[in-house]
Amino acid sequence: MAVKNFGFAAIKPRTIDFEQFDGRLLSEILELEPSFKVCLSCGGCTATCSAGNLVSFNIRQLNLLLRRGETVGLENEIKKCMLCGKCMLVCPRGINIRNVIMLIKKSVAKSHSLKR
Amino acid sequence: MKHVVVIGGGVAGIETAAQLSKSGHWVTVVEKSNQLGGKLNDWHCLFPDFSLAKEQLDWLQSQKHQADLQVLLETKVTSVNRTNGRFAIETSGKDKLEADAVVVASGYELFDARRKEEYGYKIYERVITSADLEKRMNNGELLRTPEGAPNRVAFVHCVGSRDEKSGNHYCSKVCCITGVKQAIELKKLSPGTEIFCFYMDLRMYGKHFEELYRTAQEKYDIQFIRGRLSEAAEKIDKSVQIKAEDTLSGRPLKMNVDWLVLLVGMEAGTGTAQAASVCGSRCESSGFIATADEHRSTNLSSQEGIFVAGSCTGPMSVTDTILHARSAACEVNDYFQKLEKSWL
Repeated sequence: MAVKNFGFAAIKPRTIDFEQFDGRLLSEILELEPSFKVCLSCGGCTATCSAGNLVSFNIRQLNLLLRRGETVGLENEIKKCMLCGKCMLVCPRGINIRNVIMLIKKSVAKSHSLKR
Repeated sequence: MKHVVVIGGGVAGIETAAQLSKSGHWVTVVEKSNQLGGKLNDWHCLFPDFSLAKEQLDWLQSQKHQADLQVLLETKVTSVNRTNGRFAIETSGKDKLEADAVVVASGYELFDARRKEEYGYKIYERVITSADLEKRMNNGELLRTPEGAPNRVAFVHCVGSRDEKSGNHYCSKVCCITGVKQAIELKKLSPGTEIFCFYMDLRMYGKHFEELYRTAQEKYDIQFIRGRLSEAAEKIDKSVQIKAEDTLSGRPLKMNVDWLVLLVGMEAGTGTAQAASVCGSRCESSGFIATADEHRSTNLSSQEGIFVAGSCTGPMSVTDTILHARSAACEVNDYFQKLEKSWL
């Protein structure tokens, strides 16, 4: 029997829910790149970002979402990074942001190879 | 010999009295409670060095054993009248004092967190204030759940500060760093507990404060979320669900915590209001006593011969209070010297 179309649907809430936290990727990154812990969310990285000045790409917010366990869409998002490293020159707390990107890429690649 | 009456026997009062007695004056400290030391008696340790409040208190108290320093406990000043350049002071006790100068060091009161009803203080079991946490630390009462150490604790910054609905538009200055200090203390006691601090701005204004904030992130994994709590609600297992906006990612956020700690701000309170009223000193809209100048005369009140020291003039750390008390003593000495010259 076809599902009746009532003309409305349940909307997935936008709320960040800490009870549904998927912290696996985060803890892996924090272990390999501990400098990631001290981010102040100042936005210097995003202001200078080569990619972010051309397309919609916010490295500061990406880091923050990772900290909130929000990893959906991360894989495609970080493809926009050119690995130029300007963000690291600007960062007031010396976070190795490029390494964070590389670690995400590696982790994504690993999960793909596991799927195959 | 000149006689100075100091109203209030907290950090500012003791330090001012000690300095004045060192410079050869006779000093009487009038304290309303039954002990010296004020709020510091209830504190466990101080930022940013985690030195014990008790050590600082002992040091302050050790200064009171000076010949010309008298302390009246459980006594309130009921009136201050200027006659012929001197002050006639009546107290709630039988003592009537005459003084050449008066120093108001009546301190502050903590914001009553019950006024911020949406956070559930005194309604929910596991919502406490930063002052309650200090007392617990002193009594060795750890934050627990029936399962043992808490899984998650959250701190809320700016409770009763920067909040016009609470009647306080100002920043209490010390709560930011108190939150960082207490978060580290908790983490040291139970390393498995996740700790979150909800802030609007982090104002690490003092020496070594920013470094302590960084240490909290780097070494103790304390997480800072920019956003003010809208509400807290108790769940059936007594844990507390909190809601805030994670303003840096622009999304609403909810979280369950085992304990919620409210970083309560400072208010002038009734003690300072009474002291200002008996001395005829002008207060600011915040309730704290107004000083003659913001930069040069931070120890002068609107009345000649009546000085102010410490947190009765605005929120202040122990460090700053000691400095402010010493500068009050300098101003009193200066005032006496000028008086003598004018008589010559």
